[in-house]
Amino acid sequence: MSRTLVFVETQDGKIKKASREALALALSGPVPVAVVTFAEDGADLAAGLSGVPTLFHVTGAGDIYQPDIHAATLENLIRENGIKTVVAAHSARSRDLFPRVAARVKAGLVTDCVAVNLEEMCAVKPVYSGKLLARIKVNAGVNLFTLRPNVFPAEIPEGKGIPEVVAVSAADVPARCRVVEVAAGAAGRVDLTEAAVIVSGGRGIKNKENFALLQELADVLNAGVGASRAAVDAEFAEYNMQVGQTGKVVNPKLYVACGISGAIQHFVGMKTSKVIVAINKDPEAPIFKKADYGIVGDLFEIVPLLKAELEKALN
Amino acid sequence: MNIFVCIKQVPDTEASLSVEGGRKVRESGLKWVISPYDEYALEAAIQLKEKTAGSTVTAITVGPARADGVLRTALAMGATAAVHVETDSELDHHAIAACLAAAVRSCGEPDIILAGKQAIDVDAGVLPLFLAQVMDLPAASGVIAMEVTDGLAKVEREIEGGARERIEMALPCVIGATKGLNTPRYPSLMGIMKAKKVEVKKFTPAELNVESLEPALLLESLSVPEEKAPGRVIEGEPADAVRELVRLLRDEAKVL
Repeated sequence: MSRTLVFVETQDGKIKKASREALALALSGPVPVAVVTFAEDGADLAAGLSGVPTLFHVTGAGDIYQPDIHAATLENLIRENGIKTVVAAHSARSRDLFPRVAARVKAGLVTDCVAVNLEEMCAVKPVYSGKLLARIKVNAGVNLFTLRPNVFPAEIPEGKGIPEVVAVSAADVPARCRVVEVAAGAAGRVDLTEAAVIVSGGRGIKNKENFALLQELADVLNAGVGASRAAVDAEFAEYNMQVGQTGKVVNPKLYVACGISGAIQHFVGMKTSKVIVAINKDPEAPIFKKADYGIVGDLFEIVPLLKAELEKALN
Repeated sequence: MNIFVCIKQVPDTEASLSVEGGRKVRESGLKWVISPYDEYALEAAIQLKEKTAGSTVTAITVGPARADGVLRTALAMGATAAVHVETDSELDHHAIAACLAAAVRSCGEPDIILAGKQAIDVDAGVLPLFLAQVMDLPAASGVIAMEVTDGLAKVEREIEGGARERIEMALPCVIGATKGLNTPRYPSLMGIMKAKKVEVKKFTPAELNVESLEPALLLESLSVPEEKAPGRVIEGEPADAVRELVRLLRDEAKVL
């Protein structure tokens, strides 16, 4: 019998929320589920995976992500176990790993899905930077889906028994694309693509130093800090903070846009946010047509007030 | 160095799009451009050529007749040759990678192949890695910094939370470029004039012996997503408006 394989990523010994979303989708599908982890302490995940029959624990892959070794290992796992479907979160890791695996096994791969039907084997994904939605049927012997974070439910139904842990040796292949070092980012920074709340700044922020104001608001909300292309191009913010067409696509439950006019190329990167708040001094700014709630005013006055009010409300 | 750049023609980023026949983008009136990430790849390729005497930069695209436009732009920016794999068919990424690989080989052995990390039409973000697999070359995509010396490419890619992977690959290799790698130049007037006279090498997928296999993905439909109803502007003095906003976020939107 065929199985759906779920590739999970962990942090501090727990399965990340975006990976749980992939697992929940697989468990709602028509065939049994197997989970694969490359985490060193991955065997410990078994206790939390009731209802999953098999946990593949890859050992010997090293403590640093090596794309060639990971891809070859997954390829072997898929071929040796007759896996037909693989799902994962659309994360930095799977964005690198899944195309490599798909190319190796000539799979159908749909990335960044916002809906997946594992019975009909079709998916919906945003295309043209979210200006359109494509419904795609996969048609290969092996098919792979990566799921946009914060779209799918993460609740995993209680099942019976814990999985059998199957140790899998990492593929013995050379790392031709060799990761020699991973340089950590700033401590405590919330990753935008998985953030539940994002505070973003645009040209209205005026300079780099003023982003500290947004960081303070973000700290109250445990939020990530983003920026519009205008703010990045003006060098107020780093490129890795850019939300929009040539930056990140984000999907938080709350997006607070401060001093952002709301050009289409920014909007397409954040429009699926559950609630959008706009703060801008220009009442004609297009962002007000797209925001759920707007305040027309000077962000340098509004943002500190908002921070203080949120501190009160959240305590 | 024998440098290749794979580029794709896409609708202008500012264009608003509509659908015809349930599964095609309406093309009439659309302006077409090089996919933005491909411009970073192109700029990196031209900079490499300028640094290494005797280098060539060959731009390659797969697409219909109108895609000639992006090759002319690439030539105007500084590419030295161009190859057009001309097809009206909807090819999946396996087939596109096979076409690109065959087109590269038709021009000799590559030292380095660059492409944008993702085309902003299908937004799949898989092509550089598929191409590398077809050509059996090492690859890294999402590259924001690169340095090529003595047959070795040292690149950086950003992962989560601002962390960066530093990667080394022996040449030949494939690199998927992203924003941050460089600032693409504008074509010069002289470049534009010169580009018009270059003869573009043309192939069909069949001429490159790319078999028409069963596609791995079938596009069933394209649709315009539903727009949210516009929200409301909260009036009042700043302090009152902020208080009301927090109340609405907590009690109405329930996101706090």
